[in-house]
Amino acid sequence: MTGTSKNQVADVPRGTRISGKWNKQTYQIMKKLGNGALGTVYLADSLKGRVALKIGTDSMSITSEVNVLKQLSMVQGTVLGPFFYEIDDWERSGKCYPFYVMEYIDGEPLFAFINRRGKEWIGILMLQLLRDLSALHREGWVFGDLKPDNLLVEGSPPKLRWLDVGGTTSMGRSVKEFTEFFDRGYWGLGNRVAEPSYDLFSVAMIVLNAGYPNRFDRPKKGTEDYLMNKIENNQLLKEYKPILSKALLGKYQHASEMRQELFVLLQGGEKTKVRKNKSRSANSRVASRRTRPPAKKKRSGWIETVLLVAFLLFFYTLYLVGHIF
Amino acid sequence: MKKGTLRQILLITDGCSNQGEDPVAMAALAREHGMTVNVIGVLDENERTDGLKEIENIALSGGGIHQLVYAKQLSHTVQMVTRKAMTQTIQGFIHKELQSILGQEKEIEDLPPDKRGQVVEVVDELGETMDLEVLIMIDTSASMQHKLPTVEDALLDLSISLHSRIGENEYALYAFPGKRKQVERLMDWTPILKDIHTIFPKLTTGGITPTGPALKEAIDAYQKKRSKRGLLDDGYIEESSS
Repeated sequence: MTGTSKNQVADVPRGTRISGKWNKQTYQIMKKLGNGALGTVYLADSLKGRVALKIGTDSMSITSEVNVLKQLSMVQGTVLGPFFYEIDDWERSGKCYPFYVMEYIDGEPLFAFINRRGKEWIGILMLQLLRDLSALHREGWVFGDLKPDNLLVEGSPPKLRWLDVGGTTSMGRSVKEFTEFFDRGYWGLGNRVAEPSYDLFSVAMIVLNAGYPNRFDRPKKGTEDYLMNKIENNQLLKEYKPILSKALLGKYQHASEMRQELFVLLQGGEKTKVRKNKSRSANSRVASRRTRPPAKKKRSGWIETVLLVAFLLFFYTLYLVGHIF
Repeated sequence: MKKGTLRQILLITDGCSNQGEDPVAMAALAREHGMTVNVIGVLDENERTDGLKEIENIALSGGGIHQLVYAKQLSHTVQMVTRKAMTQTIQGFIHKELQSILGQEKEIEDLPPDKRGQVVEVVDELGETMDLEVLIMIDTSASMQHKLPTVEDALLDLSISLHSRIGENEYALYAFPGKRKQVERLMDWTPILKDIHTIFPKLTTGGITPTGPALKEAIDAYQKKRSKRGLLDDGYIEESSS
């Protein structure tokens, strides 16, 4: 259907050895993992063990993706996106193909996992996603093309991992890549400026997609009411409504806000209604509780030391006084 | 440094031209003037077009990008083609600069991969901050009639994407064939593509497909705009190779 098919590389057969022109590392292709817009991803064997290797034709777009992967690798303390190893060129019959090597994430697609393990996992995995997004946003980045296809559940305990981070955009710019169903611009509910609320809209749409596996198109008019009805009319989505509607309407400024409210909602169950009104103050209480205890402990320790020294001084004085007399 | 302006002609059509100048020649002329010509071919499901070759050739000689899509995917495609073409133009520009620094026959691929990252960052930065002018040329021949509502949606979508950029945007909108002339101006240069919902329902379709004359008109429109601004503005990027 397109005239820009030059972006596709002919399939690389199993067993092919790919060696880099610049860094001289060798990789042996094991199997094809998938086709992306900008290239093909393979599972490969190497000295580092099993890795994922993406081969493209356009070195600028491959480089662009690597820029993002490198940035994500620099985020401390949290594993965002696949770990980046190296970028190089592969010379094959006179042509030069750019490729990069990253961590192979051996996971299960998000919805396959939820179908197998149960709907209650949606909330939990969304909590994980929101925590990671919060870290990403703190670093000045927005995910952009957030959708189920870009999310895998890995290992035990199950952890949500990000697969394709090619749409990641620095804050304040326009989102590089998006998918209509998860894009607030498509639904007429906002622009495409990279900001935290853009990603949070997509998170809400991922949950909606879980309730409507076949997705749905936008109506001619009144998308807001239309989406709210979709939530209302779905058993799974109804319980998340307060959070979903806020995210869809861009009322969360930070991922952490949405995460706190989702956390309270998941904990609450029956008591949700009572707690909901207090959730704001409850949030700040939770936050302050987290930071305060160590401070208190430190202070009481200090007081103990002062008391002890005072006691010792007192007895020493008594002792000295005793000597004098 | 003034960042300059990118100038694009976006041609939305569904088939072969059948009147007037050769559109491929007109696209080549536009390119000489420093414009990029992008062409989007809109198809119905199961429709085949014999205009494919022409669509491809117009974009090739206009230094732009072409894409055939079904009406349903039009929105996503229009904004993507526009962005891709911007990136391509900027890359061509940077490529020239690199050659003047590194010497002829040097390509970006000759840089070690780690150095390429910096080049890409410059391209991204420019794509985000440069000003953009898009002249949109819509084929209103009879077979396009039922596709026009989709075109309208796609243009609104394009404006959402472009307005999310940091750089400034300007649009102009033309239709061919027009009511009385081969080409008709629907909207003069404007920074906001907002009022198209008032224009589209009034569009009449019919008859011939004068793609060549339409492109010629687009070039004239750009020339007029430029002379109106006079000598104050000299920030255009003259781009003639890629």
